[in-house]
Amino acid sequence: MNLTVNGENQELREPGTLGQLLDALGIVPDRVAVMVNGRVIPKADRNDVSLREGDRLEILTFMGGG
Amino acid sequence: MNGDSKFKLGGREFASRLIVGTGKFSSVEVMIEAIRASGAELVTVALRRFNRERPSDDLLAPLARLGVTLVPNTSGARNAEEAVRAAMLGRELSGSPFVKVEIHPNPHHLMPDPIETYEASRVLAKEGFIVLPYMPADPVLAKRLEDAGCAAVMPLGSAIGTGHGLSTAEMVKLIIADSGIPVIVDAGIRSPSEAAAAMEMGCSAVLVNSAIAAAGNPAAMASAFSAAVKAGYSARQAGLMSRCDHAVATSPLTDFLS
Repeated sequence: MNLTVNGENQELREPGTLGQLLDALGIVPDRVAVMVNGRVIPKADRNDVSLREGDRLEILTFMGGG
Repeated sequence: MNGDSKFKLGGREFASRLIVGTGKFSSVEVMIEAIRASGAELVTVALRRFNRERPSDDLLAPLARLGVTLVPNTSGARNAEEAVRAAMLGRELSGSPFVKVEIHPNPHHLMPDPIETYEASRVLAKEGFIVLPYMPADPVLAKRLEDAGCAAVMPLGSAIGTGHGLSTAEMVKLIIADSGIPVIVDAGIRSPSEAAAAMEMGCSAVLVNSAIAAAGNPAAMASAFSAAVKAGYSARQAGLMSRCDHAVATSPLTDFLS
């Protein structure tokens, strides 16, 4: 199925949870915050959120800023 | 005289009245060295999209090692709704209750939107954030933000990155005179003397980013800023002499020399 991750198309070969996707992308869980369809998903809930066709994800981290 | 010089903000206490931004540093190492030299305990950070292809320098781990408290900003937000979302993300990522509400839709002047800033601040204060709004130096807006539950107000000294100093000095004085919460000048400070001046005026703290990050030697400049903020605060507490419109001699006007 197809998702949008950070504005770009991301294909998933099989359905899974948000936690599984982050794992598959090699992302260290503590380094990012994630929104699914505009909703902030707490870290603790990532394994409970099943991803669906067309879901829009934003994966964010900190950068320097004033 | 009150001997307690601790900076009280959002129900917490800090020894340092210098808040430092993490933008514009040439590297994470330079940034960490500068923050250490500054003695800052509150440090702002911004959000960006995670990019797998571009190996990014992780800020969370080095900042955690310094033991600083993170103040995520909402830079990039064009309106209150986006700022609230950014704040939620920042809190989720940092675990910090602090947020700097920063909404500046026009990239040419980067002036904060007063209406969106008020709305975002109001919502975030209700959500339990310790809200530090970056605002135009407007005394009426400052009072509104205080009433809306902000922990401090952060009037700009001059436009971000310009180094034009305390061009809003008279307005900041008006804000300080009426404010029941800390006033923190943020943006436009270029030199330690300007930071000292802000503290002498009665600011509770100052936020500095460009002046340190873009200095020839950021760590040395951070150290200078630390000293200046302490000097300005002490001077204020010590009671600055009054201005006088006519000269008043400090030595006796003896006539034996004539």
